[in-house]
Amino acid sequence: MSDPLYQEYILELYRQPHNKTVPAEFDVRHKERNPLCSDEVEIFVKFDSAGRVTDIGFQGEGCAISQAGISLITDHAKGKPKEELKQMTTDDMLRLLGLPNISPARLGCATLGLKALQKSINNPTQK
Amino acid sequence: MLITKIKQRFPTLKNNPALVYLDSAASSLTPQIVIDAMNEYYQKYRSNVHRGLYDISLKATEAYEGARVEIAKFINAEPNEIIFTAGTTHGLNLLAYTLAPRLTHRDNIVLTRMEHHANLVPWQQMAKHYGFEIRFIELDTTSYSLLPTSFNVIDANTKIVSFAHVSNVLGTIAPAKEIIKIARAQSRALTIIDAAQSIAHIPTDVKDLDCDFLVFSGHKMYGPTGIGVLYGKKVMLEEHLEPFFFGGDMVADVTYADAVWNDIPYKFEAGTPPIAGAIGLGAAVKFIQGIGWEGIIQHEQSLTNKLINQLTNNGVQIIGPKTSNDRTGVVSFVIPTVHPHDIGEIVNRAGVAIRVGHHCAIPLHKMLRLTGTARASLGVYNTEEDIDKLMEGIKNVIKIFEK
Ligand SMILES: Cc1ncc(COP(=O)(O)O)c(C=O)c1O
Repeated sequence: MSDPLYQEYILELYRQPHNKTVPAEFDVRHKERNPLCSDEVEIFVKFDSAGRVTDIGFQGEGCAISQAGISLITDHAKGKPKEELKQMTTDDMLRLLGLPNISPARLGCATLGLKALQKSINNPTQK
Repeated sequence: MLITKIKQRFPTLKNNPALVYLDSAASSLTPQIVIDAMNEYYQKYRSNVHRGLYDISLKATEAYEGARVEIAKFINAEPNEIIFTAGTTHGLNLLAYTLAPRLTHRDNIVLTRMEHHANLVPWQQMAKHYGFEIRFIELDTTSYSLLPTSFNVIDANTKIVSFAHVSNVLGTIAPAKEIIKIARAQSRALTIIDAAQSIAHIPTDVKDLDCDFLVFSGHKMYGPTGIGVLYGKKVMLEEHLEPFFFGGDMVADVTYADAVWNDIPYKFEAGTPPIAGAIGLGAAVKFIQGIGWEGIIQHEQSLTNKLINQLTNNGVQIIGPKTSNDRTGVVSFVIPTVHPHDIGEIVNRAGVAIRVGHHCAIPLHKMLRLTGTARASLGVYNTEEDIDKLMEGIKNVIKIFEK
């Protein structure tokens, strides 16, 4: 019987996260912290001239939910234009995670990667 | 001691029969008699203290001052050495703000590596202003005890030594008397004990400790939130500590130009105090005394040993001393392949409340190279079954993450 929260694909992404590297080249970076547990992730993004993501990676430890979330959002972002990524909502993120009914306590974990990405676009710290 | 009967005295446990509360280090639950004492004030003699000539105000003053007497006896102090505050954080800030201005760049203060942010951040801020150095007594990261070889950071220029009696992460008991003796011998430094985590778990005798100041919170000792105590040695309060807040009650005489302070402890209690909170805290002290130290220590030590053994037997790593003699029942732990947040989530499914994260001690976690820990902490109401429930949850965590 599979666990409603800790489904196999979530655990898989926790054990082997996607895009957990610093890209050789990037245009913006942003460090985001979950205030509840002080987990910290840093995201690095490279865009082409049209503002589409050409490379993306992250660094930082976290719980299963936040590591799965940031794996999925960094996969999702590839090839997408900035404007589309900026429009993404919490619900979009939860759909991406496949966890629409997550508890309020874990919402911060689920959206940590999305927040880091959106802040890197909105208030970019240049490399 | 009949612990099952004790559970019945805590409404939060009665109203949540499935709850396994293992987060007393964050805040302990409140017994009915404490709630009753505060309700009685609100329902029967609600009025201000020290101000009315009428009956209910006299009764309120009597109850408020009666609580001060109870608390003084509890830590072997005199009643006028007890100042009511909002809690440990308030007491430590008050001390930092009042004592730091006399320090210069030639001076240093000494803390330990295992302080709660409340006994670190205020001093850092004061150091920016007054230029003094902050030194640390080191932690042995194998035994999780303070390293006696590092006590020599206390030297002739040390003006303040401030430390937690018990670490809220490790459960380690600091050798308080020894540190205070060294502080006195080296430089007559002022000594401050953060008793937030010790006050409900080991007896406190300020005369025996010989500390100058000691602070604690009501809500970690079965009392209400919003109340705490700053104990100061009489001579310190009379001659060395200046009032921090100014206003009503703390003055003996006022002109348009100046004011004369009231006697201790009142000169440190400006404005209407947390009257219900103080009365509740007095009742909490009586509750603890009613059980008795011998029973409390025996009960909590035996549960602490069980907790540590069970965790260790399941491959969980304890971050703190391994035997109950040199520690209290604050037990932090990690499962190497599982983030603490996920541990907390899964044990909560079985109704088990533990704390996960850095427990307001980020530098300590970073020093130990941990992103966080899970922490189970005990109170008088906990039972062996509570620990069994926690262990069921932990086994479930391991099952989910290690397949
Ligand atoms: C050792 C220690 N010091 C200080 C505090 C701060 O206490 P309060 O939040 O009641 O002011 C705590 C509580 O978390 C603590 O454990």
